[in-house]
Order: sequence, then structure tokens, then C-alpha cells
Amino acid sequence: MPERLTPSRLSARNILHTAVVGVNTRRNRSIMSAIGIAIGIAAIVGVLGLSNSSRSNLINQIDALGTNLIQVQPQTGIGVGTAQLPATAAGTIARIPNVQAVSQEVATGVNVYRSRYVPSDFTAGLSVTAVDPNILTTLHGAVSQGHFLNAANITYPVAVLGATAAHALGIVSLDGAPTVSIGGQNFTVVGILDPFPLSPALDSSAMVGIPAAVSILGVSNSPTTIDVRANPDDIAAVLGALAATANPENPDQIAATSPTAQLQAKAAATSTLTELLLGLGAVALLVGGVGIANIMVITVLERRSEIGLRRALGATRRHIMVQFITESLILAAIGGIAGVLLGVIATVVFAELQNWGVIIPAIAVWGGLLAALVIGGIAGLYPALRAARLSPTEALRST
Amino acid sequence: MDDAVPAPAIGDATDAFVARLEDVVKDYPGPPRVRALDHASLQIRTGELAAIVGPSGSGKTTLLQIMGTLDRPTSGRVAIAGYDLDVLSDRELSALRAQQIGFVFQQFFLLERETAVENVANGLIYRGINTRERRELAATALERVGLGHRLQHRAFQLSGGERQRVAVARAVVGRPAIVLADEPTGNLDTRRADEIIELLEQLNRDGVTIVVITHSLEVAERLPRLIRIRDGQIVDDSGITATMPRVAGPS
Ligand SMILES: Nc1ncnc2c1ncn2[C@@H]1O[C@H](COP(=O)(O)OP(=O)(O)OP(=O)(O)O)[C@@H](O)[C@H]1O
Ligand SMILES: [Mg+2]
Repeated sequence: MPERLTPSRLSARNILHTAVVGVNTRRNRSIMSAIGIAIGIAAIVGVLGLSNSSRSNLINQIDALGTNLIQVQPQTGIGVGTAQLPATAAGTIARIPNVQAVSQEVATGVNVYRSRYVPSDFTAGLSVTAVDPNILTTLHGAVSQGHFLNAANITYPVAVLGATAAHALGIVSLDGAPTVSIGGQNFTVVGILDPFPLSPALDSSAMVGIPAAVSILGVSNSPTTIDVRANPDDIAAVLGALAATANPENPDQIAATSPTAQLQAKAAATSTLTELLLGLGAVALLVGGVGIANIMVITVLERRSEIGLRRALGATRRHIMVQFITESLILAAIGGIAGVLLGVIATVVFAELQNWGVIIPAIAVWGGLLAALVIGGIAGLYPALRAARLSPTEALRST
Repeated sequence: MDDAVPAPAIGDATDAFVARLEDVVKDYPGPPRVRALDHASLQIRTGELAAIVGPSGSGKTTLLQIMGTLDRPTSGRVAIAGYDLDVLSDRELSALRAQQIGFVFQQFFLLERETAVENVANGLIYRGINTRERRELAATALERVGLGHRLQHRAFQLSGGERQRVAVARAVVGRPAIVLADEPTGNLDTRRADEIIELLEQLNRDGVTIVVITHSLEVAERLPRLIRIRDGQIVDDSGITATMPRVAGPS
């Protein structure tokens, strides 16, 4: 009896080489079929990258703001009328246990101009807010140039500009003691601030002392916003006590909110837009998979004689199947890698534009590649099975 | 199985027959049903160079495909290199082709974008031999067929005659027990055709067992053994009356 036949073998290296040659031979078509996968993966990676980057940006804002800020404002809405906070509110709030800092803001209703010769409707959206000197620490602001309001100057016509306001007024330096015009009076600019982590309204304001606002601009000293820092562990208790303390006669005219809590809620929620884009990405992936399946079916038809030749050279059905599955996987991998790169680039560019930190979750990258390969495998399965099922004589007869 | 008599013990490694066909019938189911081989029997000894001639549609290709284990007979027994096809699985047939059988086709069947060396090395790709060794063997085989100067040419850069030489090199690179050539000169002009036949004769002198199908009686009559086939039956075989074929030298 002859010795047992050692089975046909095809090394992993040769499987790969054979498949690469197969893909490379039809380069244009291969690229076309990989594009669908690339788009799908890019969409998914980009959406995950952007939503994570924006979420991390929100979380950074919360951290910058501290989690213990509470804002007290008069209740607005139907049936409340023009509610006001009593001028004494800040003082009484400061006596609530576990309150660490209290600062008042008074919206003056007037605007700030570069000089009194600027037409009065040319406000550039810049307002004037009277504030307590300690608001800088309460809101975690920082001075960029000069100094902030202090006990010594709050009665005088001096102003500190928010970052946006300084830019809009064209005041980049304090050299030469620049002045601005507020309510027809010249105010000396003594400081310019960095942007506040989360008070964009103050960024586009000129800030003046409350006594100066009352005496020079004639506004009432009733605060429009009171910023409260509470002990982080007792926020709920402070929130509960605030309304009754700030306005004992009309507690329902007080609204106390925690902007950080709102941000946290926002950070936790996945937006429906994210979900929609993810869905579109999945559809693109599916279409890409169908594209690859399609190209593989055509490939198998076109390469019957190659299949016949390989069977004649000793390939088993399994070798043929593995070859075509591998080709399909290579197409999908090309699409997947291109898609991940596109998604990452899109995320980096967009996040940079938004000044967000770039966060691309590893799961999006690996998951994207894995999804591409799974789809490639599924797409290649049927064509590969057809190729393997072809009898050698049938395959060889085709040309 | 229609015969109750136990099958003769064919398929013995010790016998000198590299291919044995006994009473082989091959029907293509159709419709219409075609009997391509009609009780054909044939033995090929190691070291032979045999020509199969016959009119178009007489069953030459079918006969070669069955000898090459690309297809199984409807009935009858076949043994190649001592292996009885009846007892071999599909995977084992693949292994048999990889190790014992070389093919040459009329259409060459080269991979167009691969070089001559790569195409020939593909003749060993299913034998688990590493790439470097395959390429070395391929280069040697290409030198043997007179293409030592075309090693790195891609298939599409070669002439028809050169392509068929590459295909011949691919068929012999693994030192198979038998080489089966189906009209290897069918796509070549007379001069290239002669050169290919001369190449086959030379390889045979070096010990390669070859069966070659040809339309051309002129070609066939040059070769040591002539087998005529008609309507699926072997009607004449010079090998039966001829003296013992040459015994193979070391291969
Ligand atoms: N797959 C098939 N299905 C049906 N009939 C077939 C098939 N292959 C071959 N035949 C028929 O079997 C017969 C023998 O065919 P075969 O290809 O073996 O002839 P051949 O001698 O090689 O002819 P040629 O010289 O033209 O190549 C022919 O009648 C052919 O039509
Ligand atoms: Mg034929």
C-alpha cells in the first residue's frame, strides 16, 4: 500500500500573499468597494470621538466651575410680574450655614462705548454689570491685565472689562489709562479679565462697582443675580434654605439653580443627533458590506479559471474558501483603516476648532476595525463558499 | 456498484504503473446525457511519454481529467501513483494532485501579474514549502525549460511559447509522478509547438512521465506511444504491443 498522503497545506504567509495579489490585480474596483466601509467606520468613529470630546469638554467646564455654584435670580415667568431680589438678600444668604461665598451682580441696563462720540445704538452687544469685588473668586475668574475692582475703587468711575468686551472695544493694553464711556461718563479701565469658565454674559460686560453704579449711573441696588458658593456636601440643604432666606415675604419669587447640575445632566445625555449619526454610520457599513459581497461575487465569476488552476495545483475546497474570505477581509480592513483615520482626523479638526480636548475612545478605533472585519467576513462568506463549491473541471472549462 | 466480483487489487505502490484505468465509464448527466468515456482501460508506466489522439469530442479531455483526479469516473477503477481513487476523499485527491500530478493546459492558466518565477513557484504553493525554497526550485525549473533569462518577467510580458514553457516548468517543479498535458500546443504556431514537444521529449528523457493530448497526428506519431480514442473508447494503443517502455532514470 502506498504511504498515507500528507494533506495539502497553504501557509498563512501564502494565504496573505495570494489574497493581496488578488486584491491588487483589481485595484480600482477594490478601492471602490472599500469606500462604503470607510464611510461607515469614519462616521461611527467621528461621532463617538466628537461626542466624547464634547462631553469631556463639558466635564472640564464643570471642574473649572466647581460643582458647588448656585445662582439665585428673581423668578421670571407668567403671573410673577417683575419680581426683584431684596437688596438685603446677599447679606442674609451669607448667614446660611455652609455658604462659603456670596457675590452680587446688578444688571445696569446701560451699555458701554469706546467713547461718548460713538452712536448710542452701536452697542456691539456689550452691557454693563455692577458687581461685588469678590465675584472674581466666586466665579473662578482671573485677571489678564491690571487689577480687579476692590474696596478702594468701587465708588469711583473705574471699569474692568470682560475678555470679549475688551476685544470688541479694541482695548488690548492698559497703557495710557484708556477710558470707556458708560452712561455718558468716562470710566477708567483698570483691568482686563480672562474669559470666565462659565459666565459668558460677564465676558461681554464692563464691570463696575455697585456703589459707583448707584451713585453715577443711578441704578437701583437690587441684585439681579446672586452667585453662591456652598459647601459641596451641603448643596441640597443650601438650595432648600435659599428661597426663604433671600426673600422671606415672597419665597416663590426666587429661583435658585445650580448650573453645574444642568451641565452634568447635559454631559450625561447622549443627544438624539449622535444616535442618528451612529445609525447612519451603521447603514453605511451595511451598504459597504453589500458592496464588498457584490465585488466578491463578481471576482469569483471572473476568476473561475484561476480557481480551477489552483484546484489542479492541489488546493482543497477549504484553501479556495480561505483565499476569497481573506481577500474580502483585506478589502474590509482597508476600508476600516481608512475609515478610522478619516474619523480621527475629522474629530481632531473639529475638536480643535471648538477648543475641546480631543478624546477618541479606544473602543471606537478597535470596535470600528473589528466591525469592518466582521462585515468583511460575512460579506465574503457566500462568494467564497461558491468558489469552493465549484468543481475543478467546471472551473477549468470556463475559458 | 454493479459487479459483485471483488475489485482487483489495483493501486499498489510497487507496480510500475503510474496510472491505471480499468473499464472506466464517464457519463455527463446532461440533458442530453453524454457518455464521454465508454469502458476505457489504460495503463501508463513510469517513464513513458504517451500521446492521446482523437477527434474533437472523443473524450480526450475527460480521460485526462479523470487521470488527473479532477473528476471521478461514473464507474470503473482508477489508480494514480499507486493510490486507488475510490478510497480517497476530496481532500486526499487535492493532496495527490499537489504531490504527484502536474498539469499543462492549452490556455496556459498563468497568473498574469505574477512573474515567471512566482507562477512556477505556485506549483508548490499547496505543499507547505517555504517561499524561498519554492523560488529556488522554480528558478531551476525555469532554467530547465530554457527560460533562465526570463525569471522576473511578468506573465503578460511573455510570448505564447514562453508562457507555455512557464506552465511546463510549473508542472514539473514538484517532480510529480506524472505530467498531464491537454493540447499544450493548441494555442501556438507550428514552430513554438515543435519546441514545446521537443521540451516534453527532453524532460521525458530526464525521467518525467508524460501523457500529452494532441489534435495533431504528426506530433503524436513522433512520440514513443500513441493512444487513439474515439467515441470514448480506446481504439488503438501502440503501448500494448510495443516493447517495454524505457525505465525511468533517477527523477
Ligand atoms: N461538463 C460536461 N457536460 C456535458 N457534456 C460534456 C461535458 N464535458 C464534456 N462533455 C461532452 O463529452 C464529450 C467528450 O468531451 P471532451 O471534452 O472530453 O472531448 P475532447 O476529446 O477533449 O474534445 P476536444 O478535442 O474538442 O477538446 C463531448 O461530447 C462533450 O460535449
Ligand atoms: Mg479537449
